[in-house]
Amino acid sequence: MPELSEKQQKEYEEYVKQVTPTTSLAKNMLWAFIVGGLICVLGQFILDMFLKAGLSKDNATSCELIVLVGLSALTTGLGLYPKLAKYGGAGTLVPITGFANSVASPAIEFKREGQVFGIGTRIFVIAGPVILYGILTSWVLGIIYWLGKMLNWW
Amino acid sequence: MILGKASIKFDEAPYIQSYASVVGKKEGEGPLGAAFDEVVEDPMFGGENWEDAEGRLQAKIAQNAMKKGEFTPENIRYIYAGDLLGQLIATFFGLKDMNIPLFGLYGACSTMGEALSLGAMSVAGGFSDCTMCLTSSHFASAEKTFRFPLGYGTQRKFSATWTVTGGGGVILGKKSSKARITGITTGKIVDYGIKDKENMGACMAPAAADTIYQHFCDFSSKPKDYDKIITGDLGYIGQTILIDLLEEKGCDIKYNHMDCGIEIFNKDAQDTHAGASGCGCSASVLCSLILGQITKGAWKKVLFVPTGALFSPVTANEGNSIPGIAHAVVIEHS
Repeated sequence: MPELSEKQQKEYEEYVKQVTPTTSLAKNMLWAFIVGGLICVLGQFILDMFLKAGLSKDNATSCELIVLVGLSALTTGLGLYPKLAKYGGAGTLVPITGFANSVASPAIEFKREGQVFGIGTRIFVIAGPVILYGILTSWVLGIIYWLGKMLNWW
Repeated sequence: MILGKASIKFDEAPYIQSYASVVGKKEGEGPLGAAFDEVVEDPMFGGENWEDAEGRLQAKIAQNAMKKGEFTPENIRYIYAGDLLGQLIATFFGLKDMNIPLFGLYGACSTMGEALSLGAMSVAGGFSDCTMCLTSSHFASAEKTFRFPLGYGTQRKFSATWTVTGGGGVILGKKSSKARITGITTGKIVDYGIKDKENMGACMAPAAADTIYQHFCDFSSKPKDYDKIITGDLGYIGQTILIDLLEEKGCDIKYNHMDCGIEIFNKDAQDTHAGASGCGCSASVLCSLILGQITKGAWKKVLFVPTGALFSPVTANEGNSIPGIAHAVVIEHS
């Protein structure tokens, strides 16, 4: 079979698209809304509990995050989080529980390769880019905010 | 005898003396569950980690194949074996204690075709009286190597395939038996430019079509000369593409095509999306259903074509396309 020209490659790609079934965007979005929404409702519930217990707003928020992260790590260890994510999609990815899952899962997977070269070097293998570009983005926004303040934009 | 551009027809075709398949729990629950020699419920296979687990799986396959044919490691002259992990660690660590001269092979999921081709050549050429060919794959070690940690929550595309935990081993020799390898066609690397590693069927189907077409040319044969034309792990999407590509070339394989990746799981009940994949997919289906039917004489002549997608996490990140390769082996009832 001779090498394909760029045009033939494009045609094949188009053809593959035709024969490959795709997921329903609407269904995915609905599931993400429901699952992600429920995680947020749970967060709100936990926050209210801590507020009721007499914690200050700042402390209650910190405690709420600790509980959510802990729950996510626990369900990751029990193998339940990936099952939820199968339906939840972005709904399980976006809240802080998704971030915790992305840190806990490599820690479990690479534990066998040792504390330093296993867990140590691999723990942020998924979350690393989020941290790096998250910080970079907030830095850029910070500069814009600072400039805006100097120039009296707001 | 050298045939055509890429084929060999064996004058003294090697016989299949023994074969065995070992699979994991999910595969055991699939439609072929009863056909496998051993179903192991423990995903760790009694090992310490996933790589160790796959090594133990591979050792188990070798032991089963030897036991069924009443062979001891001393009887086996060569092993041709491979897996999907980096540096073939499942093969090398799993078969370490066998004390058998070994060739480690990598052909991605086409490795069983590669092992059978080389193994058959070694026996037919008179360089070995007894050669074992085996491959394995493990869902968890493959996910770890090629995708994400198991506990990470993601959604799999419809076009994604499920890596088989399992494998198969075949012992080839000169003693007469019910099945023999009569010819091979070695595949070329075929690249149609697809980059989606979650659609490996589309990456590999052109390679399968190329090898099968080359096989027909070299052997001057037609699709209907075979009871079955069986590809390794194209899955549902790859099957559609393969049939279309060959139809363009005037070969109609619709009626006798079968794909191991479609046969091994029940796609709806077992949620495996586009089918199964992994070296263990074609190897375990070969060493259960296919050789079972050939030995019985239900199928007289089969073209077995394991298919591989050639990539690593590095090539994928660097933006390379994913070429495919497929090796065809003719297995006949005798």
